[in-house]
Amino acid sequence: MTKKVITLLFLLSAISYQLSACFAQPISSSELIRNAKSYDGKMVVYAGEVIGDVMPRGRYAWININDGNNAIGIWVSRAVAKSIFYTGSYRAKGDVVEVSGIFHRACPEHGGDLDIHAQLLRKVTSGRVLAERINIDKKNLAIILAGILCIILILRQFKPKSKK
Amino acid sequence: MILRPNLVDLKNIGYYLGKIIIGLALTMCLPFLLGLSCGEINPALDFLIGIEVAFIFGLVLCKLCYTENDLSWAQGMIVVSLAWLAATVLGAIPLYLSGHWQSFLDAAFDAMSGFATTGLALVQDLDHMSFAHNFWRHFIMFIGGQGIVIVALSLFVKGMSGAFKMYVGEARDERIMPNIIDTSRFIWLVSITFLVLGTFALGITGVLNGMKPGNAFFHGACIFMAAFDTGGFAPQSQSILYYHSMVYELITVVIMILGAINFKLHYHVWMGNRKEIWKNIETTVLFIAVTVTLIITAVGLDRAGVYPTAIMLFRKGFYQLISGHTGTGFQTIYPAQFVNEWNHLALTGVICAMALGGAVCSTTGAIKMLRLGITLKALIEDIKRIILPEKAIVLQKFHHIKTIFLEDKQARSALLITLCYLVLYGFGALVGMFFGYPFVESLFESTSAAANVGLSCGITAVAMPAALKLTYIFQMWAGRLEFMSVFVLAGFVVAAIKGK
Repeated sequence: MTKKVITLLFLLSAISYQLSACFAQPISSSELIRNAKSYDGKMVVYAGEVIGDVMPRGRYAWININDGNNAIGIWVSRAVAKSIFYTGSYRAKGDVVEVSGIFHRACPEHGGDLDIHAQLLRKVTSGRVLAERINIDKKNLAIILAGILCIILILRQFKPKSKK
Repeated sequence: MILRPNLVDLKNIGYYLGKIIIGLALTMCLPFLLGLSCGEINPALDFLIGIEVAFIFGLVLCKLCYTENDLSWAQGMIVVSLAWLAATVLGAIPLYLSGHWQSFLDAAFDAMSGFATTGLALVQDLDHMSFAHNFWRHFIMFIGGQGIVIVALSLFVKGMSGAFKMYVGEARDERIMPNIIDTSRFIWLVSITFLVLGTFALGITGVLNGMKPGNAFFHGACIFMAAFDTGGFAPQSQSILYYHSMVYELITVVIMILGAINFKLHYHVWMGNRKEIWKNIETTVLFIAVTVTLIITAVGLDRAGVYPTAIMLFRKGFYQLISGHTGTGFQTIYPAQFVNEWNHLALTGVICAMALGGAVCSTTGAIKMLRLGITLKALIEDIKRIILPEKAIVLQKFHHIKTIFLEDKQARSALLITLCYLVLYGFGALVGMFFGYPFVESLFESTSAAANVGLSCGITAVAMPAALKLTYIFQMWAGRLEFMSVFVLAGFVVAAIKGK
């Protein structure tokens, strides 16, 4: 009985250690790029907004995650990538996700790219469509300039007489 | 005695400058229409304001300085140098209004970087930029690569004998066809043909890589304009690394090389004279220069041990090198990786490649292959003169469209421009070091700016001192115009102050 309890406790602690390692404090892109050598081949946690396209490649997909400083390419299974609904663009704020995976400073599988091969991906916040409101100051400035331009075009009709 | 410029000089300069500014205003109509068609209202307003300001300036200049006189050589050069400054300021207006640049200086930095086909950027939050602004960033590279004046010449000027003076002022001293307007139009024909083909190739690759078709073709057009005009901007903050695709990289390499080739050579190949590719001094020197700088870079990278396999080393090393040599500035590594992971030997290989550039009468900057070839030929001639008997007649010739016997004035001209570039590279490096940046990084960034390349090792950032931003703007401007127009403008200013 005691043996079973010890084994169970050991398993629980191992799982909790794995989980804490998986979703530990995220490392910034600047830190990963600056100290790429020390993180090479290690499990890291990285978080940020998914930007651009989700690019499926066979059973996997590429996503690019920007943490506000740089964007880093994440190689993730296609099934997991399907959970991403919004990607960052002019029209939308992308989903913010947290990724834990193996960091490569020069990935042997992807021609030496600096990337992360994701093992787990968790959506932190969902993205949204960004509504565009017309900027009144810009609109007023454009109207004033249009007026000035019209006056100049009218004045331009009075051409100087060329000397013959 | 220096003569002070008179009212006729100012009117001539003002009138033709006004014409070019009106041309610039018309080019802004494209992103404006794109903004409207994509439902991007505020970006469309940014461009409307830019168009209006440019039209007002252009029309006022044309009205106040109306003249029927033709341009002199000096006036043509001054018009060109001022046109590039005016384009930078006016082209920066819609960029600044977008809110993606922290100051107008930053927006002007990117505008000059775009027009001069450099590719160094201070843009913020690029991944959320509108289609209209992103298109403008790349389109100004297309305009600048062909030449701002070329745009005006080919589209708005019907017949003008002063055209050639402005054409030369824009660092294009080779006539492809007898008529300079036809030459301009041929340059456009080549560029637009390749634009269609390149956009299609990149668009299809993007779709196959998993991008949405709309995005894939938009990116394809933008990347083509930046690659063929050896500019280096990209629609996403990761540059070419965003695509994670070797095929995409290969296509951009081909486009970059096409952009680095002399338009005169393009013309002869188009006319069926394919042998010219192998005979031309520029292609020969380019091949040798790429090989030598690649060896230096590869040895450096091998010693640094960053890339464990030869394929990785070649893919990363060759891409950054060819991007630097053609003056493009696309990157498949992060700027900080240059400093943190590449050693000085590898960086030196890339710096040398950037400093040398592509062909004359192409869209590249830097010293250029024809000048390097002529300098080497002149050196060989001098060595022969020393070795051979005094009575021996030593002649050097080279093949550039036709066989040409090397003359002293050609060697002198090539060496003078080479010297100017070396001084400009050194000047920027000194300013960088003054602000506390290390020597190699300062030289790397300075060479990148002056040679209109755009590779960055991380110095170019919003936080860098304003004086350094201004230094790089000056380097991009002077480097793109190959000095002469800038010298003439400086002489004009001195004459206006000290002249009698």
